[in-house]
Amino acid sequence: MNKIKIVSTVSALSLVAGMAHADGHMASDMTLVSWGGAYQQSQINAYTDPYTAMNEGVSVTWDESSAEAVAKLRAMNEAGNITWDVVDVVAADALRLCDEGLAMEIDADEQLAAAPDGTSAEDDFGDLLVGDCFIPQIVYSTTFGYRTDMVPDGVAAPSNICDVFDLETYPGMRALEKRPINNVEWALLCDGVAKDDVYDVLETEEGQERALAKLDTIKDSVIWWSAGADTPQLLADGEIFMGSTYNGRLFAAIEEQGQPIGMMWDAQVFDLDGWIIPEGLSDERKARALDFVYFATDTQRLADQAKYISYGPARLSSAPLVGKHASLGIDMAPHMPTDPNNAANTFLYNYEFWADYRDDIDAKFQAWLAQ
Amino acid sequence: MSDTTSSGPMLAADGTPLKTSLARALRRQKLRALALIAPLLLFVVITFIIPIASMLLRSVENQIVSNTIPEATAALESWDSNSDTAPDEAVFQNLFFDLYRAAEAKEHTKLGTRLNYEQTGTSSLFRTSGRKLDKVGEEWQDPIEDIAPALKDGETWYAIMSGTGGEAVLEARRTLWNQMVPGQFEGDVGLTLSGEIAAMLPLTTAAYADWAIFEALEEERNVSKRDPWEAVYAALGLDMRDADVVAAVNAYDGPHAADLQLIAANLDQLPDLTLREAFADLDEDWLDPEVWQTIKIYSPNYTSGYFLNAVDMEKGPDGAQVRPENQQIYNKLFIRTLWMSLVITGSCIILGYPVAWLLANLPMRTANVLMILVLLPFWTSLLVRTSAWKVLLQQQGVINDILVWLGFVDDANRLILMNNATGTVIAMTHILLPFMILPLYSVMKTIPPSYLRAAKSLGATNWTAFWRVYFPQSVPGIGAGSILVFILAIGYYITPEIVGGTDGVFISNRIAYHISSSLNWGLAAALGSILLAVVLLLYWLYDRIVGIDNVKLGG
Repeated sequence: MNKIKIVSTVSALSLVAGMAHADGHMASDMTLVSWGGAYQQSQINAYTDPYTAMNEGVSVTWDESSAEAVAKLRAMNEAGNITWDVVDVVAADALRLCDEGLAMEIDADEQLAAAPDGTSAEDDFGDLLVGDCFIPQIVYSTTFGYRTDMVPDGVAAPSNICDVFDLETYPGMRALEKRPINNVEWALLCDGVAKDDVYDVLETEEGQERALAKLDTIKDSVIWWSAGADTPQLLADGEIFMGSTYNGRLFAAIEEQGQPIGMMWDAQVFDLDGWIIPEGLSDERKARALDFVYFATDTQRLADQAKYISYGPARLSSAPLVGKHASLGIDMAPHMPTDPNNAANTFLYNYEFWADYRDDIDAKFQAWLAQ
Repeated sequence: MSDTTSSGPMLAADGTPLKTSLARALRRQKLRALALIAPLLLFVVITFIIPIASMLLRSVENQIVSNTIPEATAALESWDSNSDTAPDEAVFQNLFFDLYRAAEAKEHTKLGTRLNYEQTGTSSLFRTSGRKLDKVGEEWQDPIEDIAPALKDGETWYAIMSGTGGEAVLEARRTLWNQMVPGQFEGDVGLTLSGEIAAMLPLTTAAYADWAIFEALEEERNVSKRDPWEAVYAALGLDMRDADVVAAVNAYDGPHAADLQLIAANLDQLPDLTLREAFADLDEDWLDPEVWQTIKIYSPNYTSGYFLNAVDMEKGPDGAQVRPENQQIYNKLFIRTLWMSLVITGSCIILGYPVAWLLANLPMRTANVLMILVLLPFWTSLLVRTSAWKVLLQQQGVINDILVWLGFVDDANRLILMNNATGTVIAMTHILLPFMILPLYSVMKTIPPSYLRAAKSLGATNWTAFWRVYFPQSVPGIGAGSILVFILAIGYYITPEIVGGTDGVFISNRIAYHISSSLNWGLAAALGSILLAVVLLLYWLYDRIVGIDNVKLGG
């Protein structure tokens, strides 16, 4: 019964998609770029498998280069040979690609599917349409996980972001990302700055020094990570007591591997991940890319992805459709960063601010690290 | 011997002079040799020499500023960069039209990104201002269209602007476009400008030409039917501020002269807004002299800025100056890279020498087994070996576990062996060890054992025999191994990244960051060039002190 329903929705949607993009010839090969690992697998399951089933003869090649997507696209552009068709990037990178003229501008209402109830794509995605080129896919968050068995006796488990900076109550090593973004915000927040003032303070030289001074209080107890997989590994090995990473990585460690790890959602930083289409594709390839993106970011597809990984769908209309994990069978909604229980205190990555201050604060941060 | 041969040059069998014939044969030989090495030569040139040259060039290249906002940077020449006020209206006027063009071609954000490396905040300044320039143009467009409704229509504009004698203006504007986006703006625009209008309304003509070139060659639309962009209306308003222009317009009798005269008669309805105010409204940072200082400092086509940044300095209005202490990092990293590479080379010598000696002196069968033990890690992937070290070195890792089990180390105070310089030295020494052992071994293999025996039979102690007889003969191997290990170590990236933590990372980690993350390729190129220069300098020093002839990779 359910299956029939899904099948009929799929075919109805594909009919719409077909009508929207049937004009003109489409390329039959497509190179998608993503992050590899469980995340890419969730995209294969939710997007490309159904897409290739619907469009016979279309072959998809994956490239796991999203981490260096901006640099590589720039190099491709200089060489005059773009080999990628659809690229998965974080919103900050999409903004940079758009700035550099390396990504195609997207008109959400024209080029993306409307919600089943008729809400336009622009309203359905809402504020998540960052910049002119970005096609949102998921909301993920950078948050902390801690070893439940390393919580000192007689002390409550850490539940506040400032517990990260409290070495007396919660002794042990921490893992933080080796870049200023997120860390300086958390530091200021725990140095008594109100949430709304964080970026005003960070704009000033004194504010930046204040953040680094706060981080300095735990510097000797920090291992700095640069890959998202580091923190789960460090937690699993008992190298650290708590550490920041992407919430999906922690979900995998807790639910799929059964590690003694607890989530500390406080002050989690929301960020977005989504697609961009490179500028300068031939008409056939562009048509194929747009057709794929139209399909892969519709309401049902975004909800489907949440069956495989605990990232929140970027559409409002997808949220009610989020169901159970495909193999574990547990309810996914409580594991989403956007779940009301988890989202009591959150930050949204400030794209404008970091586009401006990234280089400056990073220079100071790295100099501070090297001291 | 006949007279004919003795008087003329010596001839070859085919009658040509012998000298020419010989030269030809030699040339053919050389060409053949060249043809043989040509594939290698081409390969080296294409994959090695050209990339290095282009990298060196990138570290000084800076055309983007003067190519994107050419007229503003030219007007900025006369502005004193030590001044504490932003430049005057003339500069802002040029900036408006320059930035308008750049924003249409979506080039302004590239410039913003470039300047943001030098002055924080420029990125959003250019991005947000570029988007809003249309609004500034509408300040003029709306009243002009109210006064003369005919100017709402693109065909009216086309009729006014068309004529003959203005070809030079169109070509000049085309050159500006092509500077910004090379080679994009070739072909027929479908417009010949009127020379009379060009002389009377210079700003309007330039703005209209800018629009026409973009509309025809980028958007591929018919210029005669389309409405010009807002900047053209602003230009008309600005032209009309000159009393001489108004007089000329009133005397003008070309196409649609009446419409132009209508505007000249209703000047009081046009805004008296200056572009300086308009920009200040968009973002008050435009009145910040520091922004203009940065633009002016980086307006030349070539800059030393990247190199200065790479040695913890910066380009100020009065020349180079040292960066504030809380931003200094590169000198420290260069020194650390050199120092740690030396330490790694030293530990490779200490660990590798006995192994090489054993390899050279053990019986063949045992030596071969030992050799495999040396080569096996050499054949294993670098990443695998580094990750293995992670497992061994971490605080809950194998080494610490064993030490705790043996009671050497207290469980609460486990050794910190990685995420610091120690981790980098240990892992890199292991990874680079074969590069020391192999040249040492091949040199030691050629030292006859009889020398040592002779020394001993002449009364030398074991130590004297080794130190005075054996060791000096093995020095060329040490030299070769050291050069290999040191130069490989100095450019290492992945191992310090994984086990280096904060005080065990090298300069190459920063280079990688600037290539793939911050996208400041100019700075990365400057850092890379300095690293290259340091390596060449050290090589030269080595040649002077030890002599490169004393390096042997084998017998």
